Amino acid sequence: MIEDIELKQLKNLIAHIKEKYQYDFTDYAMSSFKRRVIRLLEIFNLDSVESLIHKIDGEKSFIETVVKEITVNTTEMFRDPSFWRKLRDEIFPEINAVNKIRIWHAACSSGEEVYSMCIMLKELDLWDKCQIVASDLNEDVLDTAKKGVYFNRNMEVNEANYQRFEGKKKLSEYYTQLNPELVQFDPRLISNVNFYKYDLVKNQPFSKFDLILCRNVMIYFNIELQNRVVELFDGSLFKGGYLAVGSKETIAWCNAAKNFSTISAEEKVYKKLVV
Amino acid sequence: MVIGGSAGSFPVVSKILQSLPKSFPLPIVLCLHRLKHIRHGFVEALSIKSTLPVSEPNDKEIVRPGRAYLAPANYHMYLELGNTFALSTDEMVNFSRPAIDLTFDSVSYIHRDKMIGIMLSGANSDGAQGIYLAKKRGATTIVQDPDEATMRTMPDAALRKHKPDHILNSDGIINFLKQL
Repeated sequence: MIEDIELKQLKNLIAHIKEKYQYDFTDYAMSSFKRRVIRLLEIFNLDSVESLIHKIDGEKSFIETVVKEITVNTTEMFRDPSFWRKLRDEIFPEINAVNKIRIWHAACSSGEEVYSMCIMLKELDLWDKCQIVASDLNEDVLDTAKKGVYFNRNMEVNEANYQRFEGKKKLSEYYTQLNPELVQFDPRLISNVNFYKYDLVKNQPFSKFDLILCRNVMIYFNIELQNRVVELFDGSLFKGGYLAVGSKETIAWCNAAKNFSTISAEEKVYKKLVV
Repeated sequence: MVIGGSAGSFPVVSKILQSLPKSFPLPIVLCLHRLKHIRHGFVEALSIKSTLPVSEPNDKEIVRPGRAYLAPANYHMYLELGNTFALSTDEMVNFSRPAIDLTFDSVSYIHRDKMIGIMLSGANSDGAQGIYLAKKRGATTIVQDPDEATMRTMPDAALRKHKPDHILNSDGIINFLKQL
């Protein structure tokens, strides 16, 4: 069991990946990044960071596995039901889009929040009015999101969240049982979603939105990177657009915070100022 | 100073928080097991009698002395470079999120022998690996006397995994802290 990794070793790993592959973990939060690296070493039964680097260089596409395992992809449908209730009852009634309502799930992981959003929009009868972009830096999780196939064992938590959200149905009405282990969500739910491989670290604006969701993503970044990403979101929102982050995140210490007002301090929803 | 606990630890934590002077020199980090979907009430309950302000930190909030910080529901809580907290939603550890192991581990990784780790009552073995790591890095460790603990599984597990500096009952823990 690996108990310790020196900071120097982490820096070597990050520098190596940045130089040889297109991923940049320089400004990830050290504490969680270190934990992910230790976990990765355990999964692949490696004894050191050096042997991990060796494996990355030696095996084609292993870097993609590394990226998938290093980024955290634990997510739930309707995580924080009170947030989703706020979105449904207070935010969406206020969104005054000219044509379509444009929504960006920035770092959507395996898509649980994308399905949550689409289900909510269906129940609000707003689905037809919305265009959704869902992005992540990892293609594997994007594939899962596109397929909508999830473990049955996670459905208990998802259903409980959905019931606390006070949805109109049962969550199980939105999926079918593929086999004892797997369920598949109705593909029609996401037919208005465009999935893109996109790395927030690269900081390239590509469109404008009325609502950006980036919940429990920036917790894995250090303050400098959070600052840059919030700036990117600022530039990617229409005036009066909304930004939602995780319930224990804040944009308070980011430079771009001055361009936002706080709509919900509890659920961490911000609105881009009109002036 | 990091306190880990689970079932049966609430009264002890509460007693510690009401016994410490306002001038207590260290930040207090509390990693206590809790229901994942109940976000409210815990801080409020601990605050009632505490002499020190208690809060759940936001991600990247600066750690300040003389305050108590409670790990939020459904997040792991780490200490990050630059003296801030960092939160995480990664996999549960020992069926727990927050996991005590992870908080002990990350605080001791940074603060080494300047950390004090305290393991209280609880009904599983989360924290044992973390307090062992902390001790290995030079931290001072204290385990609540299992005979006093409401649930002795957690202190017992910590004692099996490492030899702490002190095994104390709650009054002993409080006296120790008051002398810091």
